[in-house]
Amino acid sequence: MYPENYTYTKEHEWVAVDGDTGTIGITHHAQHELGDIVYVDLPKIGSMVGQHATFGSVESVKAVSDIYSPVSGEVIEINDSLTTAPEKLNSDPHGDAWLIKVKLKDLAELKSEGMMTAADYTKYVGV
Amino acid sequence: MSDPQTLQVTPLNTVHRQMGAKMVDFGGWDMPVQYRGILDEHKAVRTGVGVFDVSHMGEIVVRGPQALELVDWVSSNDASKLAVGQVHYSGLLYEHGGFVDDILVHKVSDDEYFICVNASNQDKDFEHIVAHNKFQATVENAGARYAQIAVQGPKALEVCQKLTSSVLAPIQYYWFVDGEFASFEARIARTGYTGEDGFEIYVSPDAAVTVWEAILAAGAEFGILACGLGARNTLRLEAKMALYGHEIDASISPLEAGLGWTVKMDKGDFVGRTALAEQKAGGVKRKLAGFEMRERGIGRDGYEIEVNGEKVGWVTSGGPAPTLNKNIGLCYLPSDLAVPGTKIKVVIRGAGVEAETVPTPFYKRAK
Repeated sequence: MYPENYTYTKEHEWVAVDGDTGTIGITHHAQHELGDIVYVDLPKIGSMVGQHATFGSVESVKAVSDIYSPVSGEVIEINDSLTTAPEKLNSDPHGDAWLIKVKLKDLAELKSEGMMTAADYTKYVGV
Repeated sequence: MSDPQTLQVTPLNTVHRQMGAKMVDFGGWDMPVQYRGILDEHKAVRTGVGVFDVSHMGEIVVRGPQALELVDWVSSNDASKLAVGQVHYSGLLYEHGGFVDDILVHKVSDDEYFICVNASNQDKDFEHIVAHNKFQATVENAGARYAQIAVQGPKALEVCQKLTSSVLAPIQYYWFVDGEFASFEARIARTGYTGEDGFEIYVSPDAAVTVWEAILAAGAEFGILACGLGARNTLRLEAKMALYGHEIDASISPLEAGLGWTVKMDKGDFVGRTALAEQKAGGVKRKLAGFEMRERGIGRDGYEIEVNGEKVGWVTSGGPAPTLNKNIGLCYLPSDLAVPGTKIKVVIRGAGVEAETVPTPFYKRAK
């Protein structure tokens, strides 16, 4: 269920690292808890995000949820396709429906307090 | 959040959990918000049929030789106009004209009225009616004696007809019959909170599980879905039906809420009439209006509304309208702005997002 090479947070986001680029998304558990996702708000390219700071929001039919960044860095790409097809977050949260890509500021953040491996996260969400 | 240990449950609580429903605390009740998903459930009701457990709703029964006098004294609509077997929507009002609750009054007989009220208002409503009972009438807080299941959608009639010997097709909207349903004694009302045709079935709590399962089985050929409070809310919002605590509450009068048609000033005196007469004479300062988002964004309950940078109102209910594929809402605005075509801004996370007032209801079913 949860890709082995991703790192996870208690707020139910994931980050996948390739060189100094981090791809960030929400987890399967998060989309399941939210239900039908109908709207996504993402930051502007070039803006800075901080670790565990909110950078956008995801809205289901019923509720608004803030999204928190697993890592600090500069936003270098956003997934525009989610503007017209937010429901992709329900069907492919770990793949096609990534949210943003950032240029990582500090790789050490991946090992910092509260960051989880796939095995730890699976245990955390209890499935 | 209430302590889960203290939440009230309906007779179908275990069934909901077995069906995989997501449960939420709804005004102190442990209720299903969704099963398969709000959008699928919403669509089922608009195009086929859905079934809702609404057993949390309260029931109050008024009986006695002056039952009508009491009902007419505490509610704004004219209950003397009801025939036996007829239902109407009405307001239970305070002296100052604000809502104690919105209610459905069913005339069972000349000396018995059956009132369906909101779950979390039930005790307050009961006490309010009792406090105003200066008549030869008795008032029963009867919620514990009833489970209520709503079958809603264009296929509701066919589904329900399979389960009762009462002939349902001739029952008009807002009329009811007492009969049997899935072999249990039942009150079958052609009412609902979805903007769709359908029935609300009142049975004994002991019958709830059997009746629920019988409805799901009878509806299988139409793709019936169990629906939660999430879909109930999107459906009622599209149909512009008020939700207590949102469009109406103790601080809001029926005249402001666009519910003037439930107020019969010429029926004689009733609780709240004097205040409403004053409001009518002076004109109401704010009114409920519908809006559609014009820019990206969803206006939600409680968000502020601005015109020319000034706060002029607030969103009472807002969200996506699945049938219309738009983001819609209801809001209170100064009366002169509460007409279709006003450009407004809904303040979403600190930023004003363009919206425009539109005619309501947002959705009306084809007759």
